[in-house]
Amino acid sequence: MGHKIRVEVNGRVVEREVEAHTLLVHFLREDLALTGTNVGCETSLCGSCTVWMDGEAVKSCTQLAVQADGTTVTTIEGMRTGDEMHPMQQAFWEEHGLQCGYCTPGMIMATSALLKHNSNPSEGEIREALKGNVCRCTGYHNIVKAVQRAAQGGS
Amino acid sequence: MFLNPFEYHRAGSPQEALDLLNRHEGAKLIAGGHSLLPLMKQQLAQPTALIDIGRLAELSGVEKQGDSLRIGALTCHAELASSGMLATHCPILAEAAAKVADPQVRNKGTLGGNIAHADPASDLPAVLVATGATLDLMSPQGVRQVRAVDFFVGLLETDLAENELITAIHVPVLGQGSGSCYLKAEHPASGYAVCGAAVVVELGADGNAAAIRLSFNGLATTPVQCFPVVGALTGTDLADEAIDTAVNSLLSVEDPLGDIYASGEYRVQLAKVYCRRALKIARDRARG
Repeated sequence: MGHKIRVEVNGRVVEREVEAHTLLVHFLREDLALTGTNVGCETSLCGSCTVWMDGEAVKSCTQLAVQADGTTVTTIEGMRTGDEMHPMQQAFWEEHGLQCGYCTPGMIMATSALLKHNSNPSEGEIREALKGNVCRCTGYHNIVKAVQRAAQGGS
Repeated sequence: MFLNPFEYHRAGSPQEALDLLNRHEGAKLIAGGHSLLPLMKQQLAQPTALIDIGRLAELSGVEKQGDSLRIGALTCHAELASSGMLATHCPILAEAAAKVADPQVRNKGTLGGNIAHADPASDLPAVLVATGATLDLMSPQGVRQVRAVDFFVGLLETDLAENELITAIHVPVLGQGSGSCYLKAEHPASGYAVCGAAVVVELGADGNAAAIRLSFNGLATTPVQCFPVVGALTGTDLADEAIDTAVNSLLSVEDPLGDIYASGEYRVQLAKVYCRRALKIARDRARG
């Protein structure tokens, strides 16, 4: 039996019918073609599927699409403003905060959520906040530098 | 990993949740889903229906009721970690909640879900036992109260009946002269506790330990209390040497849990180290 859900995704209200067992990440990728959100471990450990739900970072592989009914979801595709990258995206670009890039969307969603709560985190706080995001290229050093750059307003 | 099909119902009230649970054999409650969905992906749980209680606002939040705090079962770990009420009146629970998994999981995972799952490597069960918490379990027959220490009965097994719902957790206010600490040796990949020590110390007017409560996770299928250590240290001034001697000689666990990552013997050794450290920190916090 399908369930009708209404979700605001990246500023656009979408209504779709989903199966109860559809995960949020599959809804985003397959129903809405928002493939920027990646699927990694699928066990809520790696963080590559991180999106915002009502403004907070969550792992979309461990949420049902039906649980997102009535919420506001932001994915990596919703981060830029027009042609302008989000300051965190720009900072990852400037600091070369990615290697293969697979973890990057989740990293950007997690770290930009951190800055909403803590606008000037220490290196330790950044690393602690990245506990739920794994970079298998082990490129953490530049990721941390990117977050520091974004926190300093991109300078 | 895909989930097997199931029915989904969203409850509009705790009563409706119980009613739905009663009407659907094989149904499970879901809140944050961060314990249940991973189990379902592994096919370790295959509920026929999920009853979503995640939006029942009346089951969320922290409030002071006399000399205890009432914590709604749906309060998520991030809220516990940042709660001013907990920081003041039961800091060990905020300290432990801040150590659960990672920020994304803490934004969704709930206290009630965590304890209903009863993972022996989870941080919060041992903390609830050490604080002397009591749980409200609601069924169609009414609400019964169970002490946290009696609630955890085995590996992923609790006293919660199939027709019951955890609505609230009550923790006693830790007042003047008390100090607490939760420390864990965490698994580097999963963040779960290989072994964790929860300590509450209450100092008397003379500065000596009037009451001590210890509880460990990761050592057995349910939180372990170590009464010989408590007995040896109660009434003393909790000097470093006394703590070291009591813990080293008296902390023991019969048939401790062991796995590929950490043997039982190693876990008991970790428990001694973290117990000594946590006792000293709790003592210093109690002294202010």
